[in-house]
Amino acid sequence: MPKHELILLKNMMQPGYTGSLPDYEKTGGYQALRTTLGKIAPADVTAMVKKSGLRGRGGAGFPTGVKWGFLPKDYHGPRYLCCNADESEPGTFKDRQLMERDPHQVLEGILLACYAIGAETAYIYIRGEMVLGSQILEHAIAEARAAGYIGTNILGTGVHVDIWVHRGAGAYICGEETALLESLEGKRGLPRVKPPFPATHGLYNKPTVVNNVETLANLPHIINRGPEWFAAIGSPPKSTGTRVFCVSGHVKRPGNYEVPMGVTVRELVYEHAGGMRSDKPIKAFIPGGASAPFLTPAHLDVKLDFEHVAAAGSMLGSGGVTVMEEGTSMVWAALRLMEFFYHESCGKCSPCREGSSWLVQTLRRILAKRGRMQDLETLLDLCKNIAGRTVCAFGDAEVAPIQSTLKYWRQEYVDLISEAEAANLIQLEPAGRH
Amino acid sequence: MKLAEKYKDEIGDILSRYPVKRSALIPLLYVAQRDQGYVTEAAMQEIAALLRLTPPQVYETITFYTMFNLKPVGKFHLQVCKSLMCALVGSDTVIGWIKAKLGIAPGETTADGLFSLSAVECLAACGTGPMMQVNDDYYEQLTEDKLDRILSDLRSTGTSPLKSGPFMWPEPITVKSET
Repeated sequence: MPKHELILLKNMMQPGYTGSLPDYEKTGGYQALRTTLGKIAPADVTAMVKKSGLRGRGGAGFPTGVKWGFLPKDYHGPRYLCCNADESEPGTFKDRQLMERDPHQVLEGILLACYAIGAETAYIYIRGEMVLGSQILEHAIAEARAAGYIGTNILGTGVHVDIWVHRGAGAYICGEETALLESLEGKRGLPRVKPPFPATHGLYNKPTVVNNVETLANLPHIINRGPEWFAAIGSPPKSTGTRVFCVSGHVKRPGNYEVPMGVTVRELVYEHAGGMRSDKPIKAFIPGGASAPFLTPAHLDVKLDFEHVAAAGSMLGSGGVTVMEEGTSMVWAALRLMEFFYHESCGKCSPCREGSSWLVQTLRRILAKRGRMQDLETLLDLCKNIAGRTVCAFGDAEVAPIQSTLKYWRQEYVDLISEAEAANLIQLEPAGRH
Repeated sequence: MKLAEKYKDEIGDILSRYPVKRSALIPLLYVAQRDQGYVTEAAMQEIAALLRLTPPQVYETITFYTMFNLKPVGKFHLQVCKSLMCALVGSDTVIGWIKAKLGIAPGETTADGLFSLSAVECLAACGTGPMMQVNDDYYEQLTEDKLDRILSDLRSTGTSPLKSGPFMWPEPITVKSET
């Protein structure tokens, strides 16, 4: 069993740790803030984060320091930081644990990011369903405000930062950063056309950074222990640090496991998550949330870092690893995810709005043994006309389950359709009609 | 009574958090929903006036978000996650249990107005499925016995000690022995 150090989950693993301010301070909490505010120049904080190699933990994996560096340097009006806590990617449940068990670690990260980018206001956009999480954060903010870590003139350094919790209201798309900004402005959560990017035209059209909860929670540790320390963890040079992988599906012990980036799925499933629940072999897994294409047992030794997962034809995404055992119907699995995407398509772009509905209907028909062979071409054709043709990455995400299951388990589709055709249950319509 | 009078301090606090009034829309809709269990047309009109929006601007926003009820729902809104990760570990079975026990299908409310059932998409509890949200609370790792206890608790006391607290899974002791 590989020994490794926990970073983000370390505090909460201590017996009796409640996540209160005194508990957090006892573990060295807010030390990074004390050593940074007024002592390290904001530009140097950004440089440290760049040097650490920290990349976004929300899904896209963009280098955090580089993202901060896009803010205009000569702009003197308000700037904003938005903490993306709209954790909604199926398969992902790490931010919920980070916020509910160690909220001050997230708050300290937010304060450090605000200092680096010169923001005096931060909004934590938390998904609406996480009522408990929002209450815990509100309480932690009140504690930190009373102790002088949040508000005006923090620790007597002249730095001002206010942090507010803003609850979403049940829309997956609001995890997309520009949809999040629209939603925070009190509108429908429709992604914006980019450019301009949030770095110049974000919340209220002001320079804005949107960072994921886990990304921000890493910041105090990078400051305390140095960017070189962080950059040596994981799979350097491009995938540094740990990831909190969320393991779900047919494993014995699903849950959040923090491991250095670059461990394999095999290690994650068999050494951490206790192996498969019925000791059946793995049939398929998703390495990075519902938006990531399915992979096969042939990929069990792929390293879980940004580059290796991408090279294997999928993506590390949000770190949600869902494992399926032998016997799971891949057509059914693809349909379940497709129903999610159909439900959550915001409706802004026609290819995604209409295409998701067609994909669901076609999959349902195949699964109900009413399919026909040309449905397979229809599916692929639809996927081709959705991906890359929408304002946001949702279009690319929604075709992933279908394209990847058709790539690796095409025979399952063919078998269902062959059964339907043999039974001759329906009068086939001419090809090309809908 | 108008929301602005009944929740004067809370609304003032909400408005003070944003430099642009419209940002307070979703928070104020939550206040309205908490007051009546759903958002009434009168509440939408009042909120529109408070934020200097037109009623259609409020309506177009509220209809985008699934968490707002535009008509009354049962006192306990059982929302069972049906996304793939929960489906792999038995969420369809949970929906079947509820159907059998309460006699309602997703989208329906019991005759006594106590329970509504919805099948919903991912609630970020994929490692602890099957699960459901009841009003503000999560209930995870559901079994039939657990479901019976929850329904009985809800009927008798309005809540249940089986609801999730601050989330961590697996719990430390498990991880410690394994890593």
